[in-house]
Amino acid sequence: MNTIWTTIAIISLIGLVLALVLYLVAEKFKVVEDPRIDEVEKVMPGANCGGCGFAGCRAFAEAAVKAPNLDNNFCPVGGNDTMAKVAAILGYEVKEKAPMVAVVRCNGSCANRPTVNTYGGFASCRVKATLYSGDTACAFGCLGCGDCVAACQFGALSMDPETGLPVVDETKCTACGACTKACPKALIELRAKGPRGMRVWVDCRNKDKGPAAKKACAAACIGCGICAKTCRHEAITVADNIAYIDPDKCKLCRECIAMCPTGAIHESGFPKPLDKEATKARILERQKKEREEAAAKAAVISSEVEKSKPQEEK
Amino acid sequence: MNILVSPNPHIHSKWSTRSLMTDVVIALLPAAICSVVFYGWREALVLAVSVLSCVGFEWLITRCLMKQRSTICDMSAVVTGLLLGMNLPFTTPWWMVMIGALVAIGIAKMTFGGLGQNVFNPALVGRVFLLVSFPAVMTTWVGPVHFADAFTGSTPLSSVNEAILNGTPVTEITSQYSYGSMLLANLGGSAGEICALALLLGFVYLCVRKVIKPWITLSIFATVALTSLIFWGIDSARFTDPAFNLLSGGLILGACFMATDYVTSPMSTLGGIIFGVGIGFLTMMIRYFGSYPEGVSFAILIMNAFVPLLNRWCKQKKFGRA
Amino acid sequence: MRKPTFSIGGVHPHDSKISRECRIEPMPLPDSAFLAVSQHIGAPAKPLVAVGDKVKVGQPIAEPGGFVSAYIHASVSGTVKSIAPRADLAGNPVMTIEIAREGDEWMEGIDQSDTLVTDIPDDNKALLEKIKLGGIVGLGGATFPTHVKLSPPPGSKCERLIINGCECEPYLTSDFRVLLEKGEQVIVGAAILKQVLGGVPCTVAIEENKPEAIAHINEVIAKLQKLSPKFNGIEVMTMKMRYPQGGEKQLIDAVMHRQVGSGALPISVGAVVQNVGTALAVYDMVQKNKPLIDNTVTVTGECFPHQANLLVRVGTPLRSILEHLGGIPEEAVKVISGGPMMGKAVANLDAATLKGTGALLLLTEKQTARKEEGPCIRCGKCAEACPMGLEPFLLQKLSRNGDVEALEANAAQDCIECGCCLYSCPANIPLLDIIRLGKADAMKAIRDRAAKK
Repeated sequence: MNTIWTTIAIISLIGLVLALVLYLVAEKFKVVEDPRIDEVEKVMPGANCGGCGFAGCRAFAEAAVKAPNLDNNFCPVGGNDTMAKVAAILGYEVKEKAPMVAVVRCNGSCANRPTVNTYGGFASCRVKATLYSGDTACAFGCLGCGDCVAACQFGALSMDPETGLPVVDETKCTACGACTKACPKALIELRAKGPRGMRVWVDCRNKDKGPAAKKACAAACIGCGICAKTCRHEAITVADNIAYIDPDKCKLCRECIAMCPTGAIHESGFPKPLDKEATKARILERQKKEREEAAAKAAVISSEVEKSKPQEEK
Repeated sequence: MNILVSPNPHIHSKWSTRSLMTDVVIALLPAAICSVVFYGWREALVLAVSVLSCVGFEWLITRCLMKQRSTICDMSAVVTGLLLGMNLPFTTPWWMVMIGALVAIGIAKMTFGGLGQNVFNPALVGRVFLLVSFPAVMTTWVGPVHFADAFTGSTPLSSVNEAILNGTPVTEITSQYSYGSMLLANLGGSAGEICALALLLGFVYLCVRKVIKPWITLSIFATVALTSLIFWGIDSARFTDPAFNLLSGGLILGACFMATDYVTSPMSTLGGIIFGVGIGFLTMMIRYFGSYPEGVSFAILIMNAFVPLLNRWCKQKKFGRA
Repeated sequence: MRKPTFSIGGVHPHDSKISRECRIEPMPLPDSAFLAVSQHIGAPAKPLVAVGDKVKVGQPIAEPGGFVSAYIHASVSGTVKSIAPRADLAGNPVMTIEIAREGDEWMEGIDQSDTLVTDIPDDNKALLEKIKLGGIVGLGGATFPTHVKLSPPPGSKCERLIINGCECEPYLTSDFRVLLEKGEQVIVGAAILKQVLGGVPCTVAIEENKPEAIAHINEVIAKLQKLSPKFNGIEVMTMKMRYPQGGEKQLIDAVMHRQVGSGALPISVGAVVQNVGTALAVYDMVQKNKPLIDNTVTVTGECFPHQANLLVRVGTPLRSILEHLGGIPEEAVKVISGGPMMGKAVANLDAATLKGTGALLLLTEKQTARKEEGPCIRCGKCAEACPMGLEPFLLQKLSRNGDVEALEANAAQDCIECGCCLYSCPANIPLLDIIRLGKADAMKAIRDRAAKK
């Protein structure tokens, strides 16, 4: 019996000593952390995608706790809901941000953009982009190797085998921005989702002059500027032979889509399909009327001028 | 014209995984043929079952379990099968060979992720698995059938091992074997141990074809020779002499074909030499002091575990950097 | 005696010099010349002419746009038709001056005769200025402006000039033909370069597979040394055949047994390397007043019926060169500007030659198509082949994972993109394709750090 007791005593003693050592070490190397960091981290999505600009959700939480306000810290994945929770924990105000979604700005599908050569190296857009302009005559379009698909942690992107272009699954996209960084041609843009998911954008980034762009791709923006002239909200600007629609100014009237000669402007999320012909006819009618009105006005002015002239001479 | 565009280089050397593996098979053929000549049809059966079941298991695992394209075309399973077969006594029953092949391919190779990912040499894992599971079959050797009185007995090494255990001087045993006969046709042993000359021929072929570099093999030989020379010098009654150690057992097969396996050996020359020294030393320690008569398999497997470390430590000098 | 070569790695591709017997022939003048403003490393040149201007052959049409930059001269006479972006070899738009050719009228003062001028002027400053005015750039491939290379930064001293005649790339023969047919001019050019660098000794490095060139250059040197002491100290070195011997760092290692450190310039170990073609261009400019308006281009490939070494005016469209020699054969799938190891695949055949275009190589599907990638079998052949002593198998893994810190620690930035790793990989892993990305990331990290300081 004695042996058992001795054994128990010795083992207990060892246990006690080790526990003491552990306690002392833990005390000595204790790291004092703001408990709010843990709380904030708990409400984060936990994807560690880096979309906020920090290395992961914990890094974001640390930065958010340290920051004087939340203006520069925004979790695109969690969106406004998460940020409201973070703000509640930290006692900050948070500005609501419009939800964003990734939009691919190239419509150079296999049908629209004939290939002029074949790529035979490692299947990566980045490798391809450092080597040459791409396997079509368009030096600005999608290279089709799917770097964006590989970069997406949420499975929101996939390559459409028919068009050879990436497709965004709106329900999965968190607007973390990983794909925008992965695309060597900078074709993916984060745009506001728009009211009820309705949005309009120019599906091209070809900066070549009209004829060259048109030759390379049937659906290219040729920088003709018709859309800019059509738009009544001054939402469209043309620079470097390429049109851009400002999502803040766009009123979703879709008139530009009807007027675009190459079909480079795309829409998404509209419940009713656009009747292009009718809209175009309506716009042309309106423009004709405007021209007539302007001409009439000009005629009135010039006649007034003419009327006034002889009076002065007199 | 739709021209092809790809990054440089635009040409490729004649090497491919398949051609390298085929070269190893060619290098093993002389020894395999020798063993079939010496042992007859049962040896041929062991080799055939081993190769076919290795290839078959790899095909089954890649196609049915992993649902991928089969990788048997790269010939690596053939090499594993041939090496495993040459490491087994010709008396091994066919079902036991198949178990060895399953362990080699299924456990040592495919569970790690297939070709290039395995830490240990698959053929050796298969062999050692059989050795510890069925020690009786694996250590009983039958002499070559072509000798007038085919005998059931032991290999030179296991006789020595017994002698050491019984306390009789080893010279009584070693004097029974002439080095010439050991070089040409060993008396007893597995297929790979039967003809040292044929194995060395294959090794020279691999070096000439630049499939492998000779450093690992040579450093194993040198270490075995040196270690046994020292011990033999201390006590020639207890310890066997260097020439006996170099020629006996699976040392030549192990040093030439198993230790030089790409996947499980270090990449740099210095790493290879350290790897070889380790194998040589461990082999001799097991042979002299271990309870198993043969130590090459264990020595190689132990050193396999050090390969990642050796790859990290022994890097070649970079250009223009101190 | 063992022939000298570099100390680490290297591969031995078959040399395939099938156009070695073809004499250098002038290519008929193109109807239009397209001269890109960036044909060299460094800042693009600034155009000096406007659309509609008449220009003569040899007239400067663009001036250097920075310290590291070069003049560009009209290679044909005629009218400037446009100055606009035009797709280059890779299909990317580059500002290009287009000249519609009318006749072949040269600038006054250019000596078009074949007479050899061996008297070298003494004024080194004037020589250097002349080399700069000639728009001369390194013709070995990198197209680094020669005058910059010839002005060592303060504190560094040149100890040896190496004339690079290795031509270690398979198929290429332009340097070999130049050595054989214009050996005297090359050696006079080398003597000029040597004098500008302060009379340092000069080594002409030629690989052993060109014995005719070695014998000829030895004769030429002996002949010229009788004429003037200025040719003393020039010698030929026969190199072992090995790729990439012609790489600058490798050649210095082979000739001088000194290794240029990571990120350092050759001058840091006292070496200046100039290509054979560059030496010829220097001769043409200094002795004959002829700026760099043409260069020798090897057009070759087993599938190509008319191998040739052509003297081509800079800015000649590639398509017209190939059509002049009978068009592109059916079985050719790839056109390479340069050699098969380091050349760039041409994506746009309407692009024009640049100063540094040394060869057009046509390869068939069988010769050039990449094979399917297999798993790494850890054979270490890539590490064995790497002339910089790197570990390509490791770098490609780090590169795929985007581990920039580890890439830098494993010297990804030292990669010279010679292609030895991919060439020797039995598993056909696209090592170089992937490592190139890692190298770019590592270099960016280094630059960013330097910028912060």
